[in-house]
Amino acid sequence: MSGESLYPRLEPLLAQVQKPIQYVGGELNAQVKAWDDVAVHWALMYPDAYEVGLPNQGLMILYEVLNERPDALAERTYAVWPDLAALMREHGVGQFTVDAHRPVRDFDVLGVSFATELGYTNLLEALDLAGVPLHAVDRDETHPVVVAGGHAAFNPEPVADFVDCAVLGDGEQVVGDVTDVVAAWKEQGRPGGREELLARLSRVDGVYVPRFYAVSYGPDGAIAAVTPTRDDVPARVGKRTVMDLDEWPYPKTPLVPLAESVHERMSVEIFRGCTRGCRFCQAGMITRPVRERTITGIGSMVDQGLRATGYEEVGLLSLSSADHSEIAQVAKELADRYEGTNTGLSLPSTRVDAFNVTLANELSRNGRRSGLTFAPEGGSERIRRVINKTVSKEDLVRTVTTAYANGWTQVKLYFMCGLPTETDEDVLEIAELAVEVIRAGREASGRRDIRCTVSIGGFVPKPHTPFQWAAQASAETIDHRLRVLRQAINADRRIGRSIGLRYHDGKPGVIEGLLSRGDRRVGRVIERVWREGGRFDGWSEHFSYERWTAAAAEELAAFGVDLDWFTTRERTQHEVLPWDHLDSGLDKEWLWDDWQEALSEEEVADCRWTPCYDCGVCPTMGTEIQIGPTGRSLLPLTVVGR
Amino acid sequence: MARSPEGPPPPPTVQKLRLRYAKRGPLRFASHRDLARALERALRRSRVPMAYSAGFTPHPKISYVGAAPTGAASEAEYLEIGLAERRDPEEVRAALDASLPPGIDVLECVEAAEGGGSLADRIDAARWSIELPGIEPEHLSAVVAEFLARDEVTVAKRTKNGLRDVDARGPVASASVGGAAGRAILHVVVRQVTPAVRPDDVVAALAAVADLRPPSPPRAVREAQGRLDGSGTVADPLGPDREARTRCQGEHAAV
Repeated sequence: MSGESLYPRLEPLLAQVQKPIQYVGGELNAQVKAWDDVAVHWALMYPDAYEVGLPNQGLMILYEVLNERPDALAERTYAVWPDLAALMREHGVGQFTVDAHRPVRDFDVLGVSFATELGYTNLLEALDLAGVPLHAVDRDETHPVVVAGGHAAFNPEPVADFVDCAVLGDGEQVVGDVTDVVAAWKEQGRPGGREELLARLSRVDGVYVPRFYAVSYGPDGAIAAVTPTRDDVPARVGKRTVMDLDEWPYPKTPLVPLAESVHERMSVEIFRGCTRGCRFCQAGMITRPVRERTITGIGSMVDQGLRATGYEEVGLLSLSSADHSEIAQVAKELADRYEGTNTGLSLPSTRVDAFNVTLANELSRNGRRSGLTFAPEGGSERIRRVINKTVSKEDLVRTVTTAYANGWTQVKLYFMCGLPTETDEDVLEIAELAVEVIRAGREASGRRDIRCTVSIGGFVPKPHTPFQWAAQASAETIDHRLRVLRQAINADRRIGRSIGLRYHDGKPGVIEGLLSRGDRRVGRVIERVWREGGRFDGWSEHFSYERWTAAAAEELAAFGVDLDWFTTRERTQHEVLPWDHLDSGLDKEWLWDDWQEALSEEEVADCRWTPCYDCGVCPTMGTEIQIGPTGRSLLPLTVVGR
Repeated sequence: MARSPEGPPPPPTVQKLRLRYAKRGPLRFASHRDLARALERALRRSRVPMAYSAGFTPHPKISYVGAAPTGAASEAEYLEIGLAERRDPEEVRAALDASLPPGIDVLECVEAAEGGGSLADRIDAARWSIELPGIEPEHLSAVVAEFLARDEVTVAKRTKNGLRDVDARGPVASASVGGAAGRAILHVVVRQVTPAVRPDDVVAALAAVADLRPPSPPRAVREAQGRLDGSGTVADPLGPDREARTRCQGEHAAV
């Protein structure tokens, strides 16, 4: 019988694995609907460990949106750790959902959210455990339709052989459209089989079906053309955009796991999109335009979410939360409302801006002030102009000093290494900056126990950004710059002991680069790595650089390209990029011009407050910037815990 | 400059409640930390007026007593909470139970009697029932007899500091066998010792004395915790609080 629980067979295995609680479901606010009551069954997967996947907002939103439909149900599944995977294979237990422990194989749709490309091997592992053929062409009409979503889906070409569709942009509405198509096709008796279902899905806005596009390559190894193979599919697939966030106040009842997760708090998304124009930032480019949730919308989501979860902390989430047009009032009124209730409020890492310290002070009005995070991203003023994240050294030092003076004892600074045009000197300025921050901070706060943590990772150029043409720095370059930076920080022990350095070596970034800007030929590398045991590539204890480089060398040789061709090679202006037929709304000419401006260290302002600079999104997508102020305020409420 | 919390210190504890709860079904796989997090959040959702510790990171006043291991179910887990306002214990029980996920079930709540001593002092043993799938009761009976005849059975136990040899026989106060064909159940009363001897250790000890190896993992349920009396029974640790309450109500009625 379809949809039957695997739990009785799974349970004895759980007694033999690490952290079994992650596989049993039963989270607060989880839902289990009857299998036979609905037409369309969705399994939603986050292709990483439960503790990372559970708090994912995107998955939680779609889970609720789909379960609210009377004709659909959605259950969740996550990557299982190798200890359980081995037992599942031994005992013939397939990939299961945590909600009702149903076999993923039985669902109509398997939606996989890719926040990072390093989850690709986990997709293959889940398909194999589920008993679903790895290659889309080998599936029949009884297999789930495998749909990729999330930011990485803006270049799904490396996984084009393994997914049936990719969905571009916001998921809230498109999952409903997909459900309608699947429901109708099933009701009509599955006419035309899987091919017909995929053809119908390809006509849904925002849905890309790779098998209906042929890719040809030129003698130089680059793509010659991407051509539709049916005349009823669009030449370019555009992204979906939800215009009114207040109409989509999800998640309304966030999931609260029993197991520990990476975010022990609830989050409220206060706006979507960003027009700051940081040139490295894929999220800021592909989620335009800016759409704010109103202050009253935020207020009711915070209230409802706290009541539904019992969490003690609320994060006000977005790509740059201090940029909400009414953020000062949001912070003040939420701090007023929750004063004396042991409820913490926080903003994620922010731009380097004195205003952010004021906001953080307000949110922590009567709580503990420990860590504050800023993201200058580039070490020197020059490189910050290149990436369009401009802040002067003086402002940076002044802002951080203000934080120390206001009782914050730990400041974390995020940087990237390996940015276009970067030299050793740009990176070494991070050390000077940190030393100056500690010196000024000790003076301003009168304390010796303040700390500054420098967190730095290698930059990976991403599709749909001005840096999509850039040469990625090699692992050796990254590791060399990190080494000289460490030496510089440790040069003066009296200051250096107040500075912590956290960094990731350059190797995983190179593989992420291959997967980010790869084309369909990279699929063979992914499959080879998975066959040789590659799993959980985002985890240093599981990631093997050697396995990836060996697989890339062997699988790509036949095509006359290699790992370097995909990573450290700079692209030329008219090269056909693997994602050119996927439309994020950004005009390719504008991206190229912005890339040229980056190289000449020219800045571009935010179009929320200055005239439009023609990135192309609003006219192409029929959207517009939606920001306040609304002039409204939060209503007084009786709050939880008072 | 070092900041200190503004405003008055948090209100003191005015009432202590003691709760017995069960972990059942799939939630037997919850660890002690998982349960603690779930309980704290449920207390907030159900608006129990908890007393908090002072300082920048105030913690609700909760003390846990001897948690059952991950993977073991239990009908007898205990904790004590401090309230800043008085509440009817039954109302607290019902509210907390309603806001916890099914499988963590709050069974009893009584007010701690003044001067009655701590809850931890009333617990020094646990009664377990351990189901051994695929094992015949007769077979198990023979093995248990062999086990009980020994003075000491050493098993290797994984602790924080690596493998360590512990005696799994000494702390076993009594053991008997029940169950049905193909599904023997071991009833065992184990004294609290350090490091703890758990159901897994007892099963490992049976394997050591007579090569008893269940084909699939045993399923343990802690049925009771409390003080082991002379007759070998485990007393109800909430008994003294309940009696004090009844006595007190009786006196009121007499007046």
